[in-house]
Amino acid sequence: MRDYVEIFFVILGSFLLIYIALPIAMLIVDQCFDIETLIAILKDEVVLNALKNTFLTAGITTLISLTLGVPLGYVLARREFRYKSLVQGIIDVPIVIPHSVVGIMLLTTFSNAILDSYLGIVMAMLFVSASFTINSARDGFLAVDRKLEDVARTLGAGRLKTFLTISLPLSLPSIASGAIMTFARAVSEVGSILVVAYYPKTAQILVLEYFENFGLRYSRPISVVLIVLSLTSFAVLRWLLRYAKARRSV
Amino acid sequence: MLRLEGVSKDLGDFALKEVNLRVNRGEYFVLLGPSGAGKTLLLEVVAGIQKPDRGRIYLEGEDVTERPPERRGVAYVPQNYALFPHLNVYENIAYGLRIRKVDRREIDSVVRFLADSLGISHLLHRKPNTLSGGEQQRVAIARALAVKPKILLLDEPFSNLDLNTKLKLIEDIRRWHDEFEFTAIHVTHSFDEAVSLANRVGVMVNGRVEQVGSVFEVFSNPKSVEVARFLGYNVFRCVEVESLGLNYDRGEYVVIRPEDVLISDGGLDATVEYVDFMKFSANLTLNVDGIRLKALATINDVLRWNVRVGSKVKVRIKRYRVIS
Repeated sequence: MRDYVEIFFVILGSFLLIYIALPIAMLIVDQCFDIETLIAILKDEVVLNALKNTFLTAGITTLISLTLGVPLGYVLARREFRYKSLVQGIIDVPIVIPHSVVGIMLLTTFSNAILDSYLGIVMAMLFVSASFTINSARDGFLAVDRKLEDVARTLGAGRLKTFLTISLPLSLPSIASGAIMTFARAVSEVGSILVVAYYPKTAQILVLEYFENFGLRYSRPISVVLIVLSLTSFAVLRWLLRYAKARRSV
Repeated sequence: MLRLEGVSKDLGDFALKEVNLRVNRGEYFVLLGPSGAGKTLLLEVVAGIQKPDRGRIYLEGEDVTERPPERRGVAYVPQNYALFPHLNVYENIAYGLRIRKVDRREIDSVVRFLADSLGISHLLHRKPNTLSGGEQQRVAIARALAVKPKILLLDEPFSNLDLNTKLKLIEDIRRWHDEFEFTAIHVTHSFDEAVSLANRVGVMVNGRVEQVGSVFEVFSNPKSVEVARFLGYNVFRCVEVESLGLNYDRGEYVVIRPEDVLISDGGLDATVEYVDFMKFSANLTLNVDGIRLKALATINDVLRWNVRVGSKVKVRIKRYRVIS
């Protein structure tokens, strides 16, 4: 007998899949009929600079979130303490706050010190994207059997050495996928950057600016470049991760 | 060698209560006890993974109670072996030596020597998840022995192995113990392992080490009701079994070993309630005047007295022990 329930579920799910994939495809297909504008945009100094700014700040944001977030993830995975659920709640808060509000909050707190600067961009990105690194690091460490750490210590490794030789390498895939999410989230952040740092111009802001000033035709090529770069880096990192995982189990 | 004095630790589900224990140099000490008795916790306290609430731990005369695991020289092989999954067998065995920054060539010779002795030379480049249970256990023991520990702690080392692998490993561990002269504490709930391996045994029940002695001493002469119950002996309150006609003489409990309940041509009337055959013997459950009595009979006796579920037999109690 055919499993009609499953077929029904697949049909329902397909709508959503198509809904996500279609606009991406349409954007690229549409652009194919207007290659000249795309080439012009790719030669535009302003656009190239904006792209450079976006990937540079997102990269720095990811590094900061790793440096500060991985240790926090480890503590959350290994220690029980009072108000732990409060700490966990604070980490997840940025996901639920509207991003324009994030920008207002950051300006209220740090005022002109971060206004229209690289620092401002990075801070806005970090606020909205650090949760991904922290949570994946925590989940990665939780998946490491505590006994492995215990044994490493009885074999002579101190706490830090145990962390560096056992816990960290074993949770690296999870931490890496968290970092990818952080990077992707940072690249796609608009709301808070719009408030905090309209300049230096980032690509995602430029898309908005071109749309408002010149309309769809001129904002689309930048969007295409941005999405191709994002998806490519996303795919490459995912592939690297799978490659590393596959190697481990040989 | 190792001395525990009044060691207590309460983890809620598991606890140690005023544990006193002494393990001698070169000894193979088997700690027996039912699940939940606190055996693993005891090993973790000795290894330094858990800190006792009260009491002191001495290793080679030194108080190591406050010392972290990495400075104790106690190697621990947990029940699931805890091999490092991202390292191959060679790197697993070498781990402790690399941490100590031992010379590369010396590491190589130690690893190859141990791998050779433990019969795992052909596995050195494999990852742990490609090994069988028995192979994993060998790697875990090799990794522990590589750092020349003062004590080797083994937590239920055979619980995940099939019978043949287990028997082979018991034989090998006996040989390695002679060869490397290590001191070991081996935790288990299996009497067989204790009989095969132990120089001395301890019986642990409810967080207390109830009795320590040779296998023969403990099995023939359990000192407490808890030990007798754990060993599977008949334990009754004297007032409840007056009809057995034994001389209790102000004692509170009576302990009867199943092999001391003999089927014969005279004595107490009993009904056979249950028969469980083993290789050369049968475990019986007898009902004597409402009292459930466990007995161990030879196959010869079973045939001779026609023992079946429901049949009537006569039993004599050859020996018993009264505990006050």
